Amino acid sequence: MTKQVRQLDRVVIRFAGDSGDGMQLTGDRFTSETAQLGNDISTLPNFPAEIRAPAGTLPGVSSFQVHFADYDILTPGDSPNVLVAMNPAALKANLADLPRGADIIVNTDEFTKRNLAKVGYQVSPLEDGSLDGYALHPVALTSMTVGALAEHEVSKKDAERAKNMFALGLLSWMYSRPYESTLRFLERKFATRPELVAANIAAFKAGWNFGETTEDFSVRYEVKPAKMQPGTYRNITGNAALSLGLVAAGVRAQLPVFLGAYPITPASDILHELSKHKRFGITTMQAEDEIAAIGAALGASYGGALGVTTTSGPGVALKGETISLAVALELPLVIVDVQRAGPSTGMPTKTEQADLNMALFGRHGEAPVAVIAPRSPADCFHAAIEAARIALTYRTPVILLSDNYVANGSEPWLLPDVASLPDLRVEFATTPNSEDGSTFLPYLRDPETLARPWAIPGTPGLEHRIGGLEKADKTGDISYDPTNHDFMVRTRAARIETIPVPDIEVEDPDGDARVLVLGWGSTYGPIGAACRQLRQRGLSIAQAHLRHLAPMPANLGTVLAAYDRVVIPEMNLGQLAHIIRARYLVDAIGYNQVRGLPFTANELETMLEEVLKNV
Amino acid sequence: MSEPVAVKLTTKDFKSDQEVRWCPGCGDYAILAAVQSFMPELGIPRERIVFVSGIGCSSRFPYYMNTYGMHSIHGRAPAIATGLSVSRPDLSVWVVTGDGDALSIGGNHLIHALRRNVNLKILLFNNRIYGLTKGQYSPTSEVGKVTKSTPVGSADAPFNPLSLALGAEATFVARTIDSDRKHLQSVLRAAAEHEGSAFVEIYQNCNIFNDGAFDPLKEPATRDDFLIRLEHGQPVTFGADGRFCVVHPPGGFGLEVRETASVRPEEIVVHDATVADPAYAFALSRLPGLDLSNTPIGVFRNVDRPSYDSVVQAQVSAAQATVTDSPEQQLAGLLASGDTWTIL
Repeated sequence: MTKQVRQLDRVVIRFAGDSGDGMQLTGDRFTSETAQLGNDISTLPNFPAEIRAPAGTLPGVSSFQVHFADYDILTPGDSPNVLVAMNPAALKANLADLPRGADIIVNTDEFTKRNLAKVGYQVSPLEDGSLDGYALHPVALTSMTVGALAEHEVSKKDAERAKNMFALGLLSWMYSRPYESTLRFLERKFATRPELVAANIAAFKAGWNFGETTEDFSVRYEVKPAKMQPGTYRNITGNAALSLGLVAAGVRAQLPVFLGAYPITPASDILHELSKHKRFGITTMQAEDEIAAIGAALGASYGGALGVTTTSGPGVALKGETISLAVALELPLVIVDVQRAGPSTGMPTKTEQADLNMALFGRHGEAPVAVIAPRSPADCFHAAIEAARIALTYRTPVILLSDNYVANGSEPWLLPDVASLPDLRVEFATTPNSEDGSTFLPYLRDPETLARPWAIPGTPGLEHRIGGLEKADKTGDISYDPTNHDFMVRTRAARIETIPVPDIEVEDPDGDARVLVLGWGSTYGPIGAACRQLRQRGLSIAQAHLRHLAPMPANLGTVLAAYDRVVIPEMNLGQLAHIIRARYLVDAIGYNQVRGLPFTANELETMLEEVLKNV
Repeated sequence: MSEPVAVKLTTKDFKSDQEVRWCPGCGDYAILAAVQSFMPELGIPRERIVFVSGIGCSSRFPYYMNTYGMHSIHGRAPAIATGLSVSRPDLSVWVVTGDGDALSIGGNHLIHALRRNVNLKILLFNNRIYGLTKGQYSPTSEVGKVTKSTPVGSADAPFNPLSLALGAEATFVARTIDSDRKHLQSVLRAAAEHEGSAFVEIYQNCNIFNDGAFDPLKEPATRDDFLIRLEHGQPVTFGADGRFCVVHPPGGFGLEVRETASVRPEEIVVHDATVADPAYAFALSRLPGLDLSNTPIGVFRNVDRPSYDSVVQAQVSAAQATVTDSPEQQLAGLLASGDTWTIL
């Protein structure tokens, strides 16, 4: 049978199933196949905090959304064109996000009376007409997979578990994906169990062949490669990119990296990743708690390493006192906060941007630190290098504010040329620095950077003592002198405020925008997509995005003042807006959501359109 | 860093230019003097020695040592020192702490440093009181201690620091007394020679808020009958003419004190600090009574176990040994690992 082939410019697919159904893996493989084809991609995993919630229930639903296109895209997509629902819970949990007309592929084997009852369906939605507005494709995924593996030497359970590969095969056929990388992946994954390699490949091919032969799927789609900058790419998550950025920082600084970390969602993957790269001289320590993790990192920095600690909001709260110590000691330290929804344990696997205030102000005393935030998964690589650069050059703690959305989301990353990465080499102090060269003054500053010398233990003649007690200017001796304390507090503030950071750039292709949308961190994608949608409709709007939250770019005040209205969307209750209003006396409008999910481009478009109408 | 070269230093070399500001008569002075005069014995250049402390009277110690030093935050010295020690095996890292710093706010870091066997020498000055905050009871104060915060007596049972350290399976555990310089230095010497965590409790008198806490161990009239001086390989006897001894009574779990005349010589325990099972040293740590009678001092336990530092460094070295590329080449390879595609 010859199938019709239709060209699309973009598609959003959501794979949803029970948390044991392997949906993250399925999504990940589909993404990888799509990357091979050269589409632009953006992904969004969404999973419960429970490792295995009760099977078949709504809290146990795990999903993975992938958006791919023949042009450059900024978000994982607002609403899926295709939903793969492995059970009734996955259908129920995701149906509301689908536009009418969307394709729904369901695993009919799981639509049993018992499973339907678990999620409150009295009648099967496959039979009561409630899905009439959608293109429903009922597929007996489990039984067809088991049937396809009848000749294979695998248990029934293993055969059933391969149903995600059947689904992947079907989708790979539907969207004409190259599948060689998936076959290679399966060979690697089950290297020690060849029977599972064969079974999973057979399930994948059965799914592919099913698409090709069944009449239910009459159309096959193609999405042409996107026009992207020439170069070599890989698809990467924010946590992976951030880890590689830290490895790169160590290489470019020619310093050993020491990571002290305590496991916490959603930051643990950085610890896992860096633990694999000991050949770069990286030491990772899983500490007894968050405080020990940063303490060990600070101790390593004191000894001349690039000290790093990675955590999420609850961990930063615990680390506050040690960050203050690092402020007083004036030593380099990188603190990574992969933000999640709070307060308290909150929603550990959901995203939020509500740690900005804590990063900027969450310490006792006047304890300023530098704060920067990546805007997308791939940007985490460069943000990590920038954090290390500031920490090393200015001898200060730097908080890197990632969040769950960029940490677990992925996008294609244009691999940088290693030689083009910033040179982060530093000089340790080696000789006494007093005017007459007789003594070492640990708090005598570089006039340009205001950084004090980094004199590491082991350096003869520079023996000195530092600590959390207030220090006299230059000598570092304990001092309770009022004037000295005032001077030191102001100097520590100036140290951060005078760090040169790049000017903020404004994107206003029409040049006549009267409204500026200002964002920071992971909202870059949805804001950018919303602005594009408005411009496509002939409306003018300007976008600017903050990477440096402390210090802020020197031109920010001027930029803000040039617009009639400034709108600040944030996944918190207005933390940046509050600072902008206080600091620049700009009557900024906040647009705030704390639903644990990123903004959609459509909702921002609607909101901004309202603002534009009222200017 | 290259290997340290042996150097000849004197006590004076270890005195910093800072004025010592403990209360006159504080036991800390004696410990400081003992440490300063012991340090030259190490033969390690000053720049390779680091003292890290937390918060409390004892934690001012690093300011007075002309080495590298960090006066950090309350309870966290073991954690900070761990990062330093693991990343800088060429250094000799000492932690100075107190009963509140190590056992109250910093208890977690202490037990984890000990179980890991980080290459740290930890000196715990135990005066059984909070001195810097002016006289509240501490986690080693006796039950019923009357202080500003416990006007009708404290309600909580104290930690026995050595029992705690042994529960964490510390590889080196010792006790000494501020006023006995010779003994203190002998314990420091053994601690310094130990590879891994060395935990040393030093009974220290706070003459302002808890004066005389250890007097029975110091007064000439009582000390010989109260102190059990542990010597590796020697029968554990004490008191005038060795009239008391320590035995392991049949059927019991622990050790007990007897009159030497009442037991057969072969029943007397011969001290062996290298016993692998920490239960023996633990039993020794349980001997003292509330009145400080039967207080052992000396090295309770001294066993070999690879230090955390050495294991971690070996893992890094083993990984690095496989590398032939430059770091930049390795990095380029790492960045391009996994599924990549090229757009022309």
